[in-house]
Amino acid sequence: MSQSVRSSVRAAAVSPWRRRFDFAAMVAAFAFVLFTAFAARAQTALLNVSYDPTRELYRDVNAAFAAQWKAQTGQSVTIRQSHAGSGAQARAVIDGIGADVVTLALAGDIDAIAQRTSLIPRDWQKRLPQNSAPYTSTIVFLVRKGNPKGVKDWGDIAKPGVAVITPNPKTSGGARWNYLAAWAWAKRAYGDDAKVRDYMAAVLRNVPVLDTGARGSTTTFAQRNLGDVLLSWENEAYLALDEFGADKFEIVVPSLSILAEPPVSIVDGNVDKKGTRALAQAYLDFLYTPAAQKIIARRHYRPRFPEHADPADVARLPNLRLVTIDEEFGGWEKAQKEHFADAGTFDQLYKPAR
Amino acid sequence: MSEPAGTQADASVTGESFLVRAALIAAALAFLTLFLFLPLVAVFVEAGGRGLEGYLAALSEPDALSAIRLTLLVAAISVPLNVVVGVAAAWAIARYRFRGRNLLVSLVDLPFSVSPVIAGLVYVLLFGAQGYFGPWLRAHDVEIVFALPGIVLATLFVTFPFVARELIPHMEAIGSTDEEAALTLGASPWRMFFAISLPNVKWSLLYGVLLCNARAMGEFGAVAVVSGRIRGLTATMPLHIEILYNEYNGAAAFAVASLLAGLALVTLAAKTFLEWRYADAIAAARHS
Repeated sequence: MSQSVRSSVRAAAVSPWRRRFDFAAMVAAFAFVLFTAFAARAQTALLNVSYDPTRELYRDVNAAFAAQWKAQTGQSVTIRQSHAGSGAQARAVIDGIGADVVTLALAGDIDAIAQRTSLIPRDWQKRLPQNSAPYTSTIVFLVRKGNPKGVKDWGDIAKPGVAVITPNPKTSGGARWNYLAAWAWAKRAYGDDAKVRDYMAAVLRNVPVLDTGARGSTTTFAQRNLGDVLLSWENEAYLALDEFGADKFEIVVPSLSILAEPPVSIVDGNVDKKGTRALAQAYLDFLYTPAAQKIIARRHYRPRFPEHADPADVARLPNLRLVTIDEEFGGWEKAQKEHFADAGTFDQLYKPAR
Repeated sequence: MSEPAGTQADASVTGESFLVRAALIAAALAFLTLFLFLPLVAVFVEAGGRGLEGYLAALSEPDALSAIRLTLLVAAISVPLNVVVGVAAAWAIARYRFRGRNLLVSLVDLPFSVSPVIAGLVYVLLFGAQGYFGPWLRAHDVEIVFALPGIVLATLFVTFPFVARELIPHMEAIGSTDEEAALTLGASPWRMFFAISLPNVKWSLLYGVLLCNARAMGEFGAVAVVSGRIRGLTATMPLHIEILYNEYNGAAAFAVASLLAGLALVTLAAKTFLEWRYADAIAAARHS
């Protein structure tokens, strides 16, 4: 009955000092962890909430900006990054992530923040030059070496047996550009709205999996070897060539694509609260400078001012016909409502494979 | 062939032949090797892909250090909290019969049955800018979601059952006779608790703490929802590993992964060490 009492007494008799030592060691380890955690306090910091494929771009831009800011003001500045699908990031800002600036994949996502919160004014896009988009990009195809399925243009990705990789338009900005680029091509090819819908439904039937962001789709295609064609940001396609070698994939440029303008904005509500407005403004202005435009082209985005970029980088980007969201779809607000809102065309046409 | 005598004697108890036993053992070993040991080895092999220098560089990079620090801090806050609350809950459930006791038992198990993603979303719903308490929190400059408190809350939620679940059956099995004896001998309730109740269940408690700690450091889903993945600020080690992998930085991802796996192995080693050091005490406790 009292066996366990005896056992604890015996254990205590064996090593009272050792137990005290063990206890002290545990407390010391715990204190050490807390100490190191609090020892590193943040200095001047800016949080850039961005979309998925801009990781490499902003790593370079941030280093260049921090060096310039240090030279100009003597202050050290840390720029922190958060990356995910553009729609998911807008959601995070709405839910309260303390972004100083947002650099998202499309105007519609920043509109969503402006509509649902008072963090950003409705006319945000007029505040910076070039529709607040310091760089542009477009949508191209990435196929496996030798293009075994013979994908040449948008029509080919609707053919049976061609597996198409694209992210989910509900969460990913790139996926919405993909979708609209395909739609714009089909409108010209078929004219009739019902035929455009048939075409889009056929493309979506070829999609085995919808990742939440563009980077996830690239990983699915390039590392997990799924699918025959990846509908990809141009910059992301070039990055895949850089990362995995040009001997594994090739880029196919379609006859027509869409001019993607990934815009940037200050999050007024957050910078005013934190007192970082001047820094945030300087950061966004920096994106339009020759130094940043050069980095932008090096990372395979299309610079707004190609004259500042390395001519070799600019020459790599193919010339193709680009339609704009405004002339083709009447702006993002309309396109968002018609195609990607609940019960929009995407919801009507996408039937997940069982 | 001197073995069969012994094996026959053993086999006669349950009736399996030597071959059946050998096949079962081989199958279990093969399974463990294939699904547990090989992946673990692969993590360490991949981690060494860029040599020792690359390995150390991946771990000493500021964002990696920050992720390691954050992970240890989250565990250092959430594990002790869960120990206190877990012991209290186990005590209440094992020692008292009261209305709603079954409900409490189910609540303790809730985090096991609820998906971690939901655990994360609940906190966004409560404390996010659009959530119930969001506007008040913002007005008073309190950050919960997308900051350390949110990550700790999500981790607490997910790891809550480990301590209580280990303690409840042990406390129930031991019964309260020792404690009653202590009280009749004039011990104060607190003295009884620290001199009798706690030492009686210390090995279950330790095991619960180790499991709780391993999960706290490794939790991905719930933390991913509330963290916002800010590099160098709210990215824990599991999130940092995912970020690195998504940046095609496989070697660095596996370097951090090997450290995380290493921390789990250290936890395991600590448990083994304690069991070895206090072997007689454990044996005595097991036989009570």
